[in-house]
Amino acid sequence: MKELRPALLMFLLFTVICGGIYPGLVTGIAYALFPSQAQGSITTDKNHREIGSPLIGQPFSDAKYFWPRPSATADFGYNPMASGGSNSGPTNPDYLKTVSDRVKAQHDAGALGNIPSGLVQASGSGLDPDLTPDAAEVQVARVAKARGMAEHQVEKLLADCTKDRQLGFLGEPRVNVLELNLALDKQESR
Amino acid sequence: MNMYEWLQTTLFFVLLLLAIKPLGSYLAKVFQGDRTFLSPVLIPCENFLYRICGVDKDEEMQWQRYAWALILFNIICGVALLAILLLQGILPLNPQKLPAFSWPLALNTAVSFMTNTNWQNYGGESTASYFTQMAGFAVHNFLSAATGIVVAIATIRGFVRRRLSEIGNFYVDLARCTLYILLPISLVFAVFLVSQGVIQNFSGYKTVPLVQATSYDKPKLDAKGKALKDAKGNAVTETVTVKEVTIPMGPVASQEAIKELGTNGGGFFNANSAHPYENPTPLSNIVEVFLILLISGSLTYTFGVMAGNTRQGWALLAVMLAILVTATVVLYCAETSGNPLVAKLGVHGVNMEGKETRFGVIGTSLFAAATTGTSCGAVNAMHDSMTPLGGMVPLSLILLSEVVFGGVGTGLYTMIAFVVIAVFIAGLMIGRTPELLGKKIEVREMWMSIITVLTSGVLVLIFSGLALLLPSSVSSMANPGAHGLSEVLYAFASMSNNNGSAFAGLNGNTVFYNLSGAIAMFLGRFAPIVASLAMAGSLAGKKYVPPSLGTLPTDKIPFALWLTLVILIVGALTFFPALSLGPIVEHLIMLGGK
Repeated sequence: MKELRPALLMFLLFTVICGGIYPGLVTGIAYALFPSQAQGSITTDKNHREIGSPLIGQPFSDAKYFWPRPSATADFGYNPMASGGSNSGPTNPDYLKTVSDRVKAQHDAGALGNIPSGLVQASGSGLDPDLTPDAAEVQVARVAKARGMAEHQVEKLLADCTKDRQLGFLGEPRVNVLELNLALDKQESR
Repeated sequence: MNMYEWLQTTLFFVLLLLAIKPLGSYLAKVFQGDRTFLSPVLIPCENFLYRICGVDKDEEMQWQRYAWALILFNIICGVALLAILLLQGILPLNPQKLPAFSWPLALNTAVSFMTNTNWQNYGGESTASYFTQMAGFAVHNFLSAATGIVVAIATIRGFVRRRLSEIGNFYVDLARCTLYILLPISLVFAVFLVSQGVIQNFSGYKTVPLVQATSYDKPKLDAKGKALKDAKGNAVTETVTVKEVTIPMGPVASQEAIKELGTNGGGFFNANSAHPYENPTPLSNIVEVFLILLISGSLTYTFGVMAGNTRQGWALLAVMLAILVTATVVLYCAETSGNPLVAKLGVHGVNMEGKETRFGVIGTSLFAAATTGTSCGAVNAMHDSMTPLGGMVPLSLILLSEVVFGGVGTGLYTMIAFVVIAVFIAGLMIGRTPELLGKKIEVREMWMSIITVLTSGVLVLIFSGLALLLPSSVSSMANPGAHGLSEVLYAFASMSNNNGSAFAGLNGNTVFYNLSGAIAMFLGRFAPIVASLAMAGSLAGKKYVPPSLGTLPTDKIPFALWLTLVILIVGALTFFPALSLGPIVEHLIMLGGK
């Protein structure tokens, strides 16, 4: 067993290096260069109260808010303590029933025509903070009516909150639902 | 594909190819003990390590001793992790006061991280403390990745060395790999990921108010924790209003970088790289895919440099790249055509179930193909919810023994085994002596290559069959019918090939899956490793045969095509029946609208 000593000691030393020094160093550099991101990109209101992170979606069901994508997290949708997807297979009858119910809910709330898939199919993380622009578009009439705003006002806010592809070509154009809804509330309280 | 998707994909592969030569040469220098730009800083650290551990860095090992040191080292790693998991409740850095893992789960998880699999039968944010994540998981991410890489290097030495019985020093290779390669690259990319929004802190979880309160029906429990039922047998529920939520925190970026770079794949959070705190932007996504492929791709060039024939390295890379690009395209097409059963309900657009808006289908397809072609297993979308053919792509890439770039090191040594087999079969067919890089391929090399290539297939089929016979394991399936079979097949494919991704609907946290999975992961990891080292030992002892007219050139296009065919045929012969009963049948059912 003459290999025992080098194997054991090497394991212990690398535990210190990779498990202590390395993450500590990354944390130090991260706090120095990107303190906000390192701590979750949490936004605060004007009273310095933490009001959530634009990276972590929140559940909205009121007609006056834009609704996010469905979320399959445990207990309630957008539960950050239980990230995950539905893991439903594409031919599962229970799943198809769920999607059908969601389509109906959108139609009942005033959406017209075919519904964009992102709005009735749950995200992988269950915390997806974004909508595609077309998935937000179908909700404009409902939100405007519930708030007594003109549709073009809501359209304008939506356009302001729509982000282009990152660096102009990466990913998809998207709308952050939390930011959009906070912007709506702010506009109304003005 | 639209213009943006073409641009993103093309640019990605160009950048990856540009990185392969410099990093591949650097890797060769590190393992040949040459000076590199990091040497002034790292040589003192290295020598300090050797002094404390009592390692003589100039002492070389025969393959048996190399393999023994490697296995002993890995067992120490596994036992230490097992202890951490079982003692989590009393260890430090546990602000959420998370309790210890149950023993079958702890065993499965320890083997999983020791073998570079990172199969996870638990959700990180609700189960693992910061101490477990850093001192346990992150450490194994480095050491299991290094283990894979050094086996590939030792295998290459088998071809390079002539009439020698030694194949290197395990401790020196391991230390150099970790210090010169894994740590510096991880450090740089971890900081970059933070810039995109990946978190890195040791704070307790944060509680924030919701803009709009939400409510849900919670089952009432009796004093024993069992669900209460009313007279009709329906569960009694109470409505709970949620006004604030808890957002998990932690040292994520440091783990995320090595998780992709070392093709480990174990997520800090349950949702893995779909979680916005692990993968917040399209740019972080593409960088993570880059990290997944970086070392495995570069090792093909290292192989070429060390073996004195860089064309041979490029030939292997070409085979890998061809399969990866094809797989990505198939996956992309399957997902963009959407699910006809869902379209019928009045829905338009691509299949978005289990996907994140920010990555788009191309970002998801690239990630899924890269993570399963390698042994990474991180996911940025739920593979279980892909269309049947879309989901068959990651499954097939795993079943091809993960040679499409493959895990760090594992991809190269498995690919070399396929090359040996391809040379041998070609030799039989056209009557040439089987030789590879000047070494004669004989019975022993064939045995070892066959073990390397077929171990995982045997494990997948035996364990999947066993699972289907046990009623308790069938009830773990989340979806009925053919899809359920795909879930079980995927689970054992993933564990036997040390991938770690899942058709995650399957509830793997049962005694059967925890234990059978631990066995599959252990054998699927160490049988090919020992076989590859044995082949290296045998090859190193052979004399060099200069190429003659009778030698089959292995660095040209015809051989690359032949090698691709051999890989596909071995995969198809082994798994076609199982695939037709799972994803292919489900595809037909979906098209039939039933």
